[in-house]
Amino acid sequence: MSGQRNKPAVSTDEIRPELNRLRRRGFLRNLLSLGGLAMLTGCDLSTHSGVDDALETILRFDDRVQAAMFSRRRLAQTYPASAITRPFRFNAYYAQWQVRPVPDNWVFSVRGLVADRRPWTLQALMALPQQGQITRHICIEGWSQIGEWSGVPLGAFLRRVGADLSARYVYFKCFDGYSTSIDMASALQPQTILALDFEQQPLAPQWGAPLRLRIPTKLGFKSAKNLEAIEVTNKYPGGYWENQGYDWFAGV
Amino acid sequence: MDRPEIGGRPAHSVAIRVMHWIGVYAMGCMIFSGWQIYDASPSLPFLFPAWTGLGGWLGGALAWHLSAMWLLLADGIAYLLYGFASGHFQRDLRPPRPVEVMQDMGAALRFRLKQHLGHYNAVQRVLYAGVIIAVILQAMTGLAIWKPVQLGGLARLFGGYPIARHIHLATMFGIVAFVLLHVALVVIHPRTLKSMIVTVPAEMEESR
Repeated sequence: MSGQRNKPAVSTDEIRPELNRLRRRGFLRNLLSLGGLAMLTGCDLSTHSGVDDALETILRFDDRVQAAMFSRRRLAQTYPASAITRPFRFNAYYAQWQVRPVPDNWVFSVRGLVADRRPWTLQALMALPQQGQITRHICIEGWSQIGEWSGVPLGAFLRRVGADLSARYVYFKCFDGYSTSIDMASALQPQTILALDFEQQPLAPQWGAPLRLRIPTKLGFKSAKNLEAIEVTNKYPGGYWENQGYDWFAGV
Repeated sequence: MDRPEIGGRPAHSVAIRVMHWIGVYAMGCMIFSGWQIYDASPSLPFLFPAWTGLGGWLGGALAWHLSAMWLLLADGIAYLLYGFASGHFQRDLRPPRPVEVMQDMGAALRFRLKQHLGHYNAVQRVLYAGVIIAVILQAMTGLAIWKPVQLGGLARLFGGYPIARHIHLATMFGIVAFVLLHVALVVIHPRTLKSMIVTVPAEMEESR
């Protein structure tokens, strides 16, 4: 397998200027459009205009509404194996040929407000009780697909490492340059898992090897692949897409 | 016949006029940002031209969509409450009999249907009631695809997330079709535009 691995992708730092050019934060880049002109004639065209600030303020209000609507006891619908989408669609912020191989000597680092910060090996994670699910993955773009994952419930893992469960955020860092963060209530929802398997096989690199987050109560971009570290924190950690303007809570 | 009633009610109350134009702005934001969101993952074999979008990219369009929805929700609820409480719905939107719709449709197609400011003919009543129902359906399917887990019952009511998403798109086309027809009729009868902006007395309705 390792001989055929996709070649290592460019680093995020290398492509960052390009990414920034393509996806500069700001909601008004295309203001000179029919919609933009019709809805907002005469407003500031800079990317940090008052309109951007207003939209961000409303998105933060949306986050509070979403947190209030969220119930840890409400479960995402589960499906029979016959409903699984095949072929399953690859999606990332980069193309599939840029998928990173798992680094040698990979371990899962544990940081922040936790009692036990010892890193975890894959074998140690595999030894924990596992739980499977067949749930719908809903992309922020609108498409969705049903997949099967199994792994360690995140709530059980957080309790195991003695995390401060009253902390506000759980942050995930990935070795492919990606990152995301979720609220503690969603982290403790029973279907939120640190997935090790996809379709009952160990995760392949394009599906997030060796360890990914799978959280069916949030949009797909929250289910970060290729994890390398978890951090429990009270300081807003943001994330790859969140920092560019995707709404942070992103609950479904 | 077109002589205004002396001291009569206005063709459209101030509240209706304000809510109408707030609704136009909010619905415009929803439609144009919605087209940009659709373009991120089109479910039909076409894209809306980039120059029609609002938000510039998917994240921007969603920010607009998830912001303007509050304005549309507030405006829509205020309009429904006002419509029932003021008697506007009972007086102006009472369901017409099918024969009335046929008569007025026939007259309209022959350009013989008289306009009386402040009174809706049978075709108008069907269209206005229809677009109110469409916007309510649009809000419900929108909530269903925004929160298919937390509002799972609503999503199931519309057949689940993927089908609710298709209904949301189809209903948008219905609302846009209404807007095109509505604007075309306003172009034909420009004085109706004035009556939606400034206070114009309602006209006497011919007795039938």
